[in-house]
Amino acid sequence: MKILAIESSGLTAGCAYLEDGVLKSEYYINNKLTHSRTLLPMIEEMSKLSGITFSELTAVAVSAGPGSFTGLRIGAATAKGLTLPFDIPIVKVSSLKGLAALIPSAGTLICPIMDARRGEVYCAAYICSDDGEGNYGYVPLIEDSAMSIDDFLSMVENLMNDKGIGVSLFTGDGVPVHKALIKGRLCEKASFAPEGLSRQRAASIAVLGAQELEMGNVVSSDDFVPDYLRRPLAEKEKEEGILEDPGTHSLKKIQKGEFKRTRHPL
Amino acid sequence: MKDITILGIESSCDETAAAVVRNGREVLSNIISSQIDIHTVYGGVVPEIASRLHCENINGVIRLALSEAGMTFDDIDAIAVTSGPGLVGALLIGVSEAKALSYALQKPLIGVNHIRGHVAANYISHKELEPPFVCLIVSGGHTHLTIVKDHRDFMIIGKSLDDAAGECYDKVARAVGLGYPGGPKVDRASKGGDPYAITFPKGEVKDRPYDFTFSGLKSAVLNYINKANMQGAMINVPDLCASFQNAVVEPLVERTMKCAKAYGIKNVALAGGVSANSALRAAMKKACDENGFNCYYPEPVFCTDNAAMIAAAGYYDFLAGCTADTSLNADPSLKL
Repeated sequence: MKILAIESSGLTAGCAYLEDGVLKSEYYINNKLTHSRTLLPMIEEMSKLSGITFSELTAVAVSAGPGSFTGLRIGAATAKGLTLPFDIPIVKVSSLKGLAALIPSAGTLICPIMDARRGEVYCAAYICSDDGEGNYGYVPLIEDSAMSIDDFLSMVENLMNDKGIGVSLFTGDGVPVHKALIKGRLCEKASFAPEGLSRQRAASIAVLGAQELEMGNVVSSDDFVPDYLRRPLAEKEKEEGILEDPGTHSLKKIQKGEFKRTRHPL
Repeated sequence: MKDITILGIESSCDETAAAVVRNGREVLSNIISSQIDIHTVYGGVVPEIASRLHCENINGVIRLALSEAGMTFDDIDAIAVTSGPGLVGALLIGVSEAKALSYALQKPLIGVNHIRGHVAANYISHKELEPPFVCLIVSGGHTHLTIVKDHRDFMIIGKSLDDAAGECYDKVARAVGLGYPGGPKVDRASKGGDPYAITFPKGEVKDRPYDFTFSGLKSAVLNYINKANMQGAMINVPDLCASFQNAVVEPLVERTMKCAKAYGIKNVALAGGVSANSALRAAMKKACDENGFNCYYPEPVFCTDNAAMIAAAGYYDFLAGCTADTSLNADPSLKL
């Protein structure tokens, strides 16, 4: 089983290659360069050094979201382009689960958080378990969602009380932003992931992808699209009546400059 | 010489397109998945929605382009993709997909300037056309008067100092309640109207004989409508549209003719979305006939965004050995 994994949901970009359950190579970049300039060159470099032949891949595992819309699409379009000529299936892996799966800590509630703008975080909570053989499981107790950090922390607190979970571990690029708040709310019950394991890595996408593949959870190259978790802002505004149909706008309003937006900054 | 077959991919705005073109001129397939109905509801292109739809549709569009051409990836010599200008999120889908395809297939990749693609659309519709020629490029984002010295060598003679001609159409269309997209709607509404009914400014730029300005025209049209509304007067929409069109077309044609004469070039071409406009085509043809110039414009399907024109432009880059590597990026403000 040969799996190429792609991660571009956040600030970091990476790729990894897993062969029969063994991680053969990984490339990780955390700099300011856009994924569009780094992702494919990384795949190219890694493939050359690892002797990967694309036509022989069993599947391409993709960190499918949530995350930066543009980042997700760069990963998605790259995966689609790599798989299209050979009809290789794509395995979708939650980017939040990918973050959680970097932390092997049985009995801990692992809480990945990513900055989602608009005062929210993309978040989830997984309870980690292990079988004593080095195999770890991550069961979601809070499914992937977008909400305010306050709401999320309240849910985490309730969950820990209800289930008698002693420790929670926070990881992801949302941690630096909200660390003080988390410590204030959860005190000694909160811990944090170390450098190197606290941001998205393609290695965990590869490992989780292999598990999904074994369960037959694949999509075709053509059908694959990211899991954005959120609808486009314009669509939401339109439904809520904030964005009126410009066609029905009176000319006066246009001239006063009250309706100038034709292209939406998102 | 061996035939060169290029797969073109375009996703710079609201059309997801792929095409297979042989030797830069012979279109074997030209698939366009338009999102226009979806964006019309919003009165303009919503980048996030456009990007999502590109991502959904791109594989299917590419597959269809190959199957309609009766080809497989093996038959393709190179992949050409629009790398700019356009909406960055939208461009990135085509660029990422094309890069991955080119790498997986080990076929050369060509990053194409969308505006040069519009010019190359003329090669598809006019197999005999060769540079040098004067080309007026008019679209939603660009108004450029150029001399195409060679397939890959452009000289900009004049350009709009403010709004692009197409942009102006969209704004006027919205103001008179015609909706989006403005170009074809204003064109249709102007049929039967009197182009001299209302006098609008023709946008002269002092000391810059080849440049354009459309912002004054836009304001004049909006003021005219506003005034009529305040006085409760009826607006004759066909007259208004025809007069507005006339005020756009006249300077475009006049400066193009001036350029062709000054540089002694007998071939004149139109390119870009607005080159589908019937008034512009008719006026340019008439002026060319009067001056003894040859007038070229692409068939309507190649005027608006398509991938065949990208493959056509890419063909000349391919011949010149100008290929891109896996670090090719989308450039939303790529210059001509």
